[in-house]
Amino acid sequence: MVAKIDRDEVQRLLREGAQLVEVLPPAEYEQEHLPGALNIPLKQLDRETTAQLQRDRPVIVYCSDYQ
Amino acid sequence: MSPRAAWRLESLGFTKVFHYVAGKADWSASGLPLEGRLASLPTAGGVARRGVLTCRLTDRVGEVRERMATVGDSACVVLNDEGIVMGRLRQKDLNADAEATAESVMESGPTTVRPDLPLADIVERMQRRGVGSVLVTTPDGRLSGILYRRHAEARLTEMENEGAPEEK
Repeated sequence: MVAKIDRDEVQRLLREGAQLVEVLPPAEYEQEHLPGALNIPLKQLDRETTAQLQRDRPVIVYCSDYQ
Repeated sequence: MSPRAAWRLESLGFTKVFHYVAGKADWSASGLPLEGRLASLPTAGGVARRGVLTCRLTDRVGEVRERMATVGDSACVVLNDEGIVMGRLRQKDLNADAEATAESVMESGPTTVRPDLPLADIVERMQRRGVGSVLVTTPDGRLSGILYRRHAEARLTEMENEGAPEEK
């Protein structure tokens, strides 16, 4: 189940070891991204690219805004 | 885009998936740090002065006048009980009856800008309109600070001298 969260919750989860994933294209990620975020563009989300994520830790995904 | 990504992760077997709905724009607008090529460029929020004098809608003009004189501020931001910016009081507004409420004499709905807007864009807009200062608020309308044009111009001049990029 996917849970929608706000900024406060993001910060709380990060303190607890959550992983951040920006799903925008690399060009936008390279301009600006949240500290420590990985870049896995939506079109490239598959078993191979997500192998770098730890399954036992929370994963937070985001893009620019309400898209 | 990110809702689909969140569900894609879920379909790949991840069980602790969260979707930060408001995303990068919200994070940046709240003045939180970013990383990346453009992250070091100045923004309105980065140069805005914090600790701005505030009052409530029901505060009396006389009280506000005293507080402004004590701290030496030339403006006071009027907030509602939720901390949302409702108006702005300047010196000229405080010539009213001391018993009048802030709400009755304030400039209602003052122009505000988001903290993540590029400083160069804001300064250009302020220069064009002859504005000396502007309130900086978060996307939900809470006060972040006040941006003085002279401070912003000084920051941009510093950057030019340092040879930093100007565009965001």
